[in-house]
Order: sequence, then structure tokens, then C-alpha cells
Amino acid sequence: MLPSLVPLLPTENDWITFDIPSLAENFWSATFDGLTFGAIYALVALGYTLVYGVLNLINFAHSEVFIVGCYAVFFTLSGLGFGPSVPRLDIWAIILNLLLALVLAMLASALTAFLLERIAYKPLRNRNAPRLVFLITAIGASFTIQYLIYLWRGPSPELALTMFRPTPIFDVFGTIIDSQQLVIIIAAVIMMVATDRFISKSRTGRGIRAVAQDPDTATLMGVNKERIIVTTFIIGGLLAGAAALFYVMKIPSGVQYSGGFVLGIKAFAAAVLGGIGNVRGALLGGLLLGLIGNYGQILLGNSQWTDVVAFVVLVLVLLLRPEGILGTSLGRSKA
Amino acid sequence: MSMTDGPTPMQTVAAEQAAEDREASLKAAGRSDHRQPGKRRFGNLSDRWQALSRQQQWGFLVIVVVLAYLLPLINPPIITTEPGNNFALACFDMARFALIAVGLNVVVGYAGLLDLGYVAFFAVGSYCAAMLTSPDSPYLHIPYLWTLPVAMAVTMFFGVMLGVPTLRLRGDYLAIVTLGFGEIVRILATIIPAMKGQVGFQNVGHPPGTAVDGTPIFSNSNGVPWYWLTLTIIIIVTLLVGNLERSRVGRAWIAIREDEDAAEIMGVPTFKYKVWAFAIGAAIGGLSGALFAGQVGFVNNQKFDVTTSILFLAAVVLGGAGNKVGAILGGALVSYIPLRFTAIAEYKYLIFGVALVLIMIFRSQGLLPARQRLLAYGRTAMNQITSRNGKEPTDKDNPSAGPGARAVRQKGAEA
Repeated sequence: MLPSLVPLLPTENDWITFDIPSLAENFWSATFDGLTFGAIYALVALGYTLVYGVLNLINFAHSEVFIVGCYAVFFTLSGLGFGPSVPRLDIWAIILNLLLALVLAMLASALTAFLLERIAYKPLRNRNAPRLVFLITAIGASFTIQYLIYLWRGPSPELALTMFRPTPIFDVFGTIIDSQQLVIIIAAVIMMVATDRFISKSRTGRGIRAVAQDPDTATLMGVNKERIIVTTFIIGGLLAGAAALFYVMKIPSGVQYSGGFVLGIKAFAAAVLGGIGNVRGALLGGLLLGLIGNYGQILLGNSQWTDVVAFVVLVLVLLLRPEGILGTSLGRSKA
Repeated sequence: MSMTDGPTPMQTVAAEQAAEDREASLKAAGRSDHRQPGKRRFGNLSDRWQALSRQQQWGFLVIVVVLAYLLPLINPPIITTEPGNNFALACFDMARFALIAVGLNVVVGYAGLLDLGYVAFFAVGSYCAAMLTSPDSPYLHIPYLWTLPVAMAVTMFFGVMLGVPTLRLRGDYLAIVTLGFGEIVRILATIIPAMKGQVGFQNVGHPPGTAVDGTPIFSNSNGVPWYWLTLTIIIIVTLLVGNLERSRVGRAWIAIREDEDAAEIMGVPTFKYKVWAFAIGAAIGGLSGALFAGQVGFVNNQKFDVTTSILFLAAVVLGGAGNKVGAILGGALVSYIPLRFTAIAEYKYLIFGVALVLIMIFRSQGLLPARQRLLAYGRTAMNQITSRNGKEPTDKDNPSAGPGARAVRQKGAEA
């Protein structure tokens, strides 16, 4: 009996490595790639964080709000004649086409988020349902949307679209940063800064923070809670739609019915890492998670480890610092 | 600690509770005429059941159990899933789902914790049975029946490992962590060579015994003995869980479900009981996984989609979270509907996803609502105390007061 215990340690060694030389060699490219992914996570994480701040609800269906945006990007661009090969258009035409796809994706995602809130969550709020009921509804809605897409488009991923050929822009520590990474990171950061300004400066943003802090008092002070909640869902949807364009740009073959699921978990992990309910925390958590995932993937030698690493980070954060890195909630954050 | 940043949900829990209290006291007083006809049909069934004597209840139960055992042999014409699906195997599948639902019901129904990665525990149980019995596995081999307790112990360990970091926090985190865990188990089964990815493990063991012609009784194609084994396990597990439900553990779970802060304040060690609920639920999931591995005889990484977790959840919610009979019924239905109506089998995830939303919006208590006997008991006790003091029971028509709930919390606090 004893000898059979020996192979408990796997004999093949290549499934997990601790390839530190490879990480050192690819450090900067992994960093920039990680930041690109991180920017996408952060945009989706904002949707989770805003809804959580206002309603104390993990909106499981947010990943489907995101994937609807991905399909909007796909259909817009294939309608405009984009295909697997690099489009033969001049740079301004490409920019215009991508902007159109961005706007349509944001609208599609925002509309999904709005309908979700009206159809699934509003009836529950009207009758003061307990928290568990909200969560079950959220996961049910998530599956409903996911399988509607499945029945419509089938299980296989959509045709990969190339939006433009990434051209090297400049060189950092011997690593070339290409236009694609630059576009994603800059555009995502601009959107997040805009969101942050909106939440902290605008009248509606103040309403969102007030509802997050104390819904009842906010209502007594004349804040229209229902309108604020709908607005929050729509902002989350708009950001998820923007994330969808960058995601399709980065992973052209990722448009699939189940594509939002894993990304959603990672984005939620990012939100928790930064401090759920905290807008800046979502940005920080997203970028950090992107980096950690990419480093982990190179260190451990298999791309599938990214998801495992993200999950382990989530559990560790919950264990060690459940309030997240920045910690403060949306309601308590300073204007 | 846990819910301090959310004033709304606490109110809502109180409001729901008050409503439930009222229902419960009505039920206790036997005033079923207050209910709208139709909507409470199943509630009336429960009333009638409560009105029977103990002997009559046992008599009915024996008949139901005997019928359940005979089900695959009778193969009733309209109910049968044939042609298309072998009815005995369908029965086993229903029993498997029912067992899973009973286990998940402990987590979701009693303790009110949302576990979205239940399939992961099921997978861990399956892999335990496969790796300890299959000739493809290089490890220690033990007889199949011994893998059932081993699988339970291992999944319980995983449940505690996952529960300890997350259960200290608000329940929401558990939902996302379990959802992630469900996916991680599948990924690990793919990338760790010892788990054999898609190749998997063939010829998983089965219980001993051969028929007269020398073939094993528990063969993969013969559903009847597997169904009987699973049914027996369901009965044992249901009895054990029922005992837990009526013990101080069960009272603590219900107190946690109804209002965790209040339970904590009244002295219920909520963390400890949440971990218990989670670990017990995980163990039952592992047990059903080991049974599944034995019946199918083949385990690989393709069998454990996270999406299946949603079917499990739908089973509990459909039957009525917190009611073990409801869980059995819900589990059997969720398995039965796609097997019987093969035309809609392809749409099952969509159907049960929509069902989850609709049930939550229109009938969140499910087909068989959880029994509120405990709350009703608290209410009658309170009424007796107040009337003994010469006061009228004033709370009867006051929706906001919840003395029944308070009594429950006190009962929980004794635990």
C-alpha cells in the first residue's frame, strides 16, 4: 500500500513552474500588458463598485451587461466591414469607426443595465425583499442573459476582428509599448478620472454618495432615490460598454456567450481588492490585479493560472484586509 | 461588523419577518380563511399535514417511501421518461439532484448563505471517489463504499478552508468566492496532471455484489440499485438534517438567516454556526459527487460546469428554501423536467435562470414554504406570557412588532 502513496507529487513538472528568469526577462512587457488588462478590469469593476455602494448588492448580471457591450462592438464593426485581417482604412476613418462602436457599445450596455434594474431589481425593492432574494435574482438574471445569447449565437466564439495594427510607439527599458496598449490605458484612465470627477463634483454624483451613505436620510433631504439608483446602473453600464470595446480590441476572439463570466469575477475581485464601494479603489484594484495576474501567469508558466491567481488574491484580501486597500466606502469618500 | 453599512436590508428583513410572523401566527391559530385562495394552496397542504396525528403522518410517510422505492420498477406510463431516457437512470439522477438540494438547502435555506459554487464540492467528491478507486489512478486504492465518508471528509475540509476567510464577512462575499471556487476547481482539474484533465478516470469503483449471471449489481447501466442506494442515503441524511434543524444548531441557523446582527447580539456565535452550515452542506455535496462518480464510472474535467451550480440553486429555491421536503421535490423536478420533456432540455439553463428571477419576484418562498413553526411557537409563547400578566396580546395586529422573532433570537441565544 505504501508505494502507491509516492506519486502523490506529480511527476510531470511542467504544469507549474517558478520561472523567475523568465519573469525577470519579460518583466516590463508583462507590466504594460498587465496594466492594459488592469484598465479593462477597472472599468468593469467600477460598475460593481457603484451598484454595491448604492444598493449593497453584488450585481452578478454586470458581467452580462459587459458581454452585451462586446456583442454590440462585434456587430457594429463587422457591419462596418472590419474582419480578421487588418482594415485598409486611413487612421481617421478607423478612429471614427471605433468611436461609433464605442458609443453603440456604451448605449447597448447601459440599456441592458437599465432594463435589468427595472425588470429584476425594482419589484424586489418595492416589497423590501431580503438580501438573499436580491442575490438569487441577480444570479438568475445573469444566467438568463447568458443563455439568451447562447441560444442566439451558439457556443463558439465570434469571428476575431482586427481593429488596427498595433504600431510601436516608444520604448521603455527595452520594451516596446504599442499603440494598442497606449490607447486602452489612456482611454480607460480618462474615463475613470471623468467618473471620479462626476461622482465627487456633480449634483447627481453628490446624490449617489448621499444614497450610498444613508438612503433614508438622503430621501428625506430631497434626493430622488429611485432616480439615483437608475443613474448608477446606467453609469455602470456605460463604463462596461467602454470596457467591452477595449476588451474586444485586446482579445479579439473573446466575444463568446460565457466571456463575461470569468472577467466579471476578476473585475469583482479588483473592486474588493481596492475597497468595494470606492471609485478610486476600483481603479487601483483593477490595475493591481492585472499586474498580479500577468506576473503570476509568467511565473507559473500557464495562462490559465491568471484566473487562479486572481481568485487567490480575492480570498487573501478577504482574509487579511476585507475593507480593501483604500477601504473607504463610496458614501464616506471625500468630495 | 457585518451589516452595519446597510440600513435598508435590516429594515427589510424586519418587515419580511413581521409578515412571516403574522402568517405563522395565523397558521398556528388555524385561521386559514385569511389567505387568498389559490396562492396558498401548498400552504393549506402543509396545514392539513400538521393537523394529522403522528401515526397518520408516519403511515403516509411509509406509503410515500415505499412508492418512491418502487418507482423505477413500476415505471408509470405518463410520468416515465422513456423513450429517450432510461427511467431507472432518470430516477437516479432525480435522487442525486434531490440529495444535492438537501445539502444546499442547509447552506442557503437554513443559514441563508448563498453558495454559488456548490458544483465544486460535488466535483471534489467525485474526484475523491475516482482517484481512490479507479485503476487509472496511481494512488492508494480503497473499496468504493469507503470513499463515501472520505469524500465527505475531504469536501468538508474544503468547505472549512473556503468558509473561514469569507464567513467572517457579510454573506455577499461568500457568493462571489464560491462562484470563483467553482471555476477554479475546473481549471485546476485541467492543469494539474494528477487530475488527468479531459482524459479523466475510467472504471470508477462501485459497491460490491454480483448478480447471478456474474455481472456486478451496481453496474453503470443499471440505475435501480444506484437509485435505491441514493434514496436510502437521502432518507438518512434528511433525518439527520431534520434533527439538526430542530436542535440548537438549527435554531441558531434560522436566527442567523432572519437577522444576523440580532443573533450575534443575543449571543449566538454566528461565525461558528455559519462555518458548520457551510461545511455540512459541502459534505453532502461531496457525498452526492462520490455517488455520481460511482454510477457514471467516469470522471473528467468536463462534468463540472459552474452553470450546474445554478441548477442546484434553482432546485432549492423552486422547492422552497428552508424546507427539506421542498428541497427534495425541487431537486427531483429540476432533474426530471429536462429528462421528461427532451424537447426543452436544450433550454434548461435559460428556463431555470428565468425561473429563479420569476420565483424571487413573485413567490420567493418557493413551492413549499419553509415551516414557520418555530416563529409561531415563539409568538404563542409570547401571547401566553402577556395574557397571563393580565394584558391583552396587543401585538396580534401590529405588523411592525416582532415578538415572535425576538423569541426565536432568544431561543437561538440559549444555544
